[in-house]
Amino acid sequence: MKPARFDYLRAASLDEALEALTRHGDEARIVAGGQSLVPMLNMRLTKPALLVDLMRIETLCAPRRENGALVVPAGTRQALLLDRPGLADEVPLLAAALPLVGHVQTRARGTLCGSVAHADPSAEVPLCLVALEGEVHLRSAKRARRVRADDFFVGMMVTDRADDELVEAIALPVRRPGTGYAFAEMARRHGDFAIVACAGVVDGQRMRLAVGGVADRPTARDWPLLDGAALDDALNALAWDLGAGDDLHATARYRRDLVRRLGRRVLEQAAEEARRCQG
Amino acid sequence: MPRLNAAQRHEVAFTLNGAPARVEVEPRTLLTDALRHGLGMTGTHVGCEHGACGACTITIDGMPARACLTLAVAVEGCDLRTVEGLAPEPGRLGVLQAAFRRHHALQCGFCTAGILMSLDAYLRHRPHATRDDLTDVIGGHLCRCTGYAPIIAAAVEAAALLRGEPTEETPTYA
Repeated sequence: MKPARFDYLRAASLDEALEALTRHGDEARIVAGGQSLVPMLNMRLTKPALLVDLMRIETLCAPRRENGALVVPAGTRQALLLDRPGLADEVPLLAAALPLVGHVQTRARGTLCGSVAHADPSAEVPLCLVALEGEVHLRSAKRARRVRADDFFVGMMVTDRADDELVEAIALPVRRPGTGYAFAEMARRHGDFAIVACAGVVDGQRMRLAVGGVADRPTARDWPLLDGAALDDALNALAWDLGAGDDLHATARYRRDLVRRLGRRVLEQAAEEARRCQG
Repeated sequence: MPRLNAAQRHEVAFTLNGAPARVEVEPRTLLTDALRHGLGMTGTHVGCEHGACGACTITIDGMPARACLTLAVAVEGCDLRTVEGLAPEPGRLGVLQAAFRRHHALQCGFCTAGILMSLDAYLRHRPHATRDDLTDVIGGHLCRCTGYAPIIAAAVEAAALLRGEPTEETPTYA
């Protein structure tokens, strides 16, 4: 199918984009890489009156380090970040997850912030942001604010972003010493949306598991260091808490099973890595 | 830049296979349609129109892109390459294309243009790509005829040829 008609503004500056959002509110949509939005336009799941294209704003392209976080602005394409030298040391979880985001061909266009703004419950980048307790930097013409990832994702493709705001950047905390990170997902085919995706972060005191693809948003739990039956029980409780449903791709029961199995796998893997970098 | 009105057609200028090109489009026009209908470049195929099948893959500024997920107005000033730009001259095939023919890496050919463009872009950046790398790239395309094995064999052989390495003469009919 083809998109319904819309006006198009190729913003030359952040201010120009913000001004358009202030003026048009929810009638306007930001487009960056377009790998999530354009399919929705093509299927007419969304019919904005105005598209504001961010990709020619040069200041939004380059990722930077700031206060112990890798700050990835709205224009950074997934492929660019994946090629960043040292990403596996800097943000190992993201380095593990990014190759699972779509395909080479979509990562060449798609942005990280676009994925976060789109907020698909099974997407990898939002899951990493929640697992790492990162932040979303929002900006409108009037103000800038930072929202914790846990608070940003509100529901299925629903976020805390106001109509006049755009996701200016995401901040992903860099690797902490003595901490292990692991990512795993199950999808029907490589590059498909995950049926269940799990991200584990483990240090000397705490284990954190974030799960995507089950609830209406990426959801994390923190536990003290558990193993054996105690970990089984915690994973089982989480698997049920997430309220898995049946759909075309998988049954609720299969999803719960994946939460238990992939959850254990990433936590064990992350714990092993944490031990290695402590020793 | 001024806002482009939804109901009007606007001229977009870019480089297409090394030559300047101009096309008039509405803001909502997909790059697939601009290429095929606006410029008559029908080598780029349209399959799913939501980025899943890969048939419409071209390169934009050297990187692979789904033309069906790209608005034509967004490629102003960009360097585009399509399958029409692969062969060195009329009547001759490029290295990748020739490898595809030797390995029977296509049957109906609907997916082929996109796969060639993905591999061409990838091998330009990563001439030492392994079989696994190339399989991953081909994973971004759907082919309902070949079962992929001959496509992978052709890609591996073309990569070796492009590096100037000798290859086995017998094609693999997997």
